[in-house]
Amino acid sequence: MSRERRDVPSTEDLQPVAGGGLLDRRLFLKRGLILSGAGAMVLAADAHAGDDALPWMRKPGRGFSNYGQPSEQERRAIRWISANRTVPGNGVSWTPLHALEGIVTPSGLHFERHHNGVPEIPFERHQLLVHGMVKRPLAFSMADLSRYPMRSQMLFLECGGNSNSGWNKEPLQSRAGYLHGLVSCSEWAGVPLSIVLDEAGVDPQAKWLIAEGADAAAIHISIPLEKAMKDCMLALYQNGERIRPENGYPLRLIVPGWEGILNIKWLHRLELAREPVMARNETARYTELMPDGRARMFTFVMEAKSVITSPSPGETLPGRGLYEIRGLAWSGRGKIRRVEVSADAGRSWAPAQLQEPVLPLCFTRFRIPWNWSGAPAVLKSRAIDETGYVQPEREKLIAERGRNGYFHYNAIAAWQVEDDGEVTHVYR
Amino acid sequence: MSIARCLCLAALALPAISATPAVAADHVVGPMLGKSASAELVAARSSSVYPDGRGLPQGRGDVESGRTVFREKCASCHGPAGEGGPGGHLAGRGPLTGPDADKTVGNYWPFATTLFDFVHRAMPMNAPGSLTVDETYSVTTFVLFLNGVVDGQRTLDALSLPKVRMPNRAGFVWIDAKGQPEP
Repeated sequence: MSRERRDVPSTEDLQPVAGGGLLDRRLFLKRGLILSGAGAMVLAADAHAGDDALPWMRKPGRGFSNYGQPSEQERRAIRWISANRTVPGNGVSWTPLHALEGIVTPSGLHFERHHNGVPEIPFERHQLLVHGMVKRPLAFSMADLSRYPMRSQMLFLECGGNSNSGWNKEPLQSRAGYLHGLVSCSEWAGVPLSIVLDEAGVDPQAKWLIAEGADAAAIHISIPLEKAMKDCMLALYQNGERIRPENGYPLRLIVPGWEGILNIKWLHRLELAREPVMARNETARYTELMPDGRARMFTFVMEAKSVITSPSPGETLPGRGLYEIRGLAWSGRGKIRRVEVSADAGRSWAPAQLQEPVLPLCFTRFRIPWNWSGAPAVLKSRAIDETGYVQPEREKLIAERGRNGYFHYNAIAAWQVEDDGEVTHVYR
Repeated sequence: MSIARCLCLAALALPAISATPAVAADHVVGPMLGKSASAELVAARSSSVYPDGRGLPQGRGDVESGRTVFREKCASCHGPAGEGGPGGHLAGRGPLTGPDADKTVGNYWPFATTLFDFVHRAMPMNAPGSLTVDETYSVTTFVLFLNGVVDGQRTLDALSLPKVRMPNRAGFVWIDAKGQPEP
């Protein structure tokens, strides 16, 4: 501990609230940002002084642009792609969660999972067909659908296969986003699905909704009608603009809190049925083999998960002192009630600050100050949602599910900080 | 003002004037712009095949013709005998327990209709939807043969395919759809 250091807050402020140097979550709120234990440094005056110190202030800047792009210097904040070598449109790209702050994922960094590429669909030719067990089979143009009453909601969206390297025997060394970034969070806007289903007149005997996309995989999937009527959305916009092609332009089904595969991109068909269609992606895939040889099926809800985005693997901490541990938590069952952080591999835990607003089925940003002593430490976070569900340790998840499940891995992640500041992924 | 626009306004006014108990307080009514979908459109788009055989087109296929289709259209990704390649392996009846548990059509897929549905809509990946109905029945029958589910003399069609009992039919536990109607 560095309690006696004169350039950090008072001794009382730096009393740890849990092992490994975790501090009261309100410390930064009280004291303002104090990110370095070294105190204010005096910058050397040689290289950055004189008339040419800020040349960008000495000439007119660039003109306007029709659509803005990230800074040229931020080229490393990108999706990481892993695709089939013979079918480039079959694979995934991860959101770089470690490079982002706040709770919104920029649309261009939203994760992708495509089964056979991104179709180019003309807006004016796209139709949504509603048929099957309905009084009136209907077709909607996108222009007509755009006239319907809309709403928007901030929602996380997570692939059922997110974090699945966690089932591996050895911890994969990668950035936090490339381990856990098949999840993103956007403001989705569109038409409540119930309006359109009501217009078609659903047969009371219908219990399932089969949704299909207009891509080369013609992906279709079964959703219980009760969920469809409750809170699903025909989304036309993402983060304020029309949905991008790789996220389903022009129409995406949004199924709040449920696994990504149900959120059909390029949606063009909804069929009401008595029973599920038993598609390939709800039988052969997106089911989880258990140790006894049976498999979990229709595991729709994405259970609570959290991940520390900073410090995280691939970073090297510059030295001991004060840091803000930052991360994201989310639950498919509702709001995050609490996130606890450990800096001693789970021996002790302290509550993190949850940044407002804490919204249901949405990313919640958590933060906690940490006074790193310079000794090796293991950082963990665990989410607890409003139902009381506690994100499990990896050992517990594997004891329950075995290691053949592939999907729905939501165990606590552990980052080891070495004495030289290097952060790695460990199983602890 | 177009007729559609008038309908839109009328419908939007409904919640304000409606006091019938049948309409929930938060019930939102749209402008009712859906166009009646013709039977032809519905038939052309209805591609889903259900476990009871609903949606299966008329046609038929056997193991030997399936072997030919598979060699020409599937083997480059899945291997000549379904043993795998860039598209993954399709055949095998190993156990689903233990560290080497390996899911295949034969030991994992619960319904034969799913195989037809998937091949017909999505395979081969470089030309999805290009197989004829008979080719799809043939290659479905051949893959079931590779997995030891049907014998080499078998012919399958819209009536017989749903009756093929897959070995792992009872191997699944429903988690978030309990109480929903099953196939």
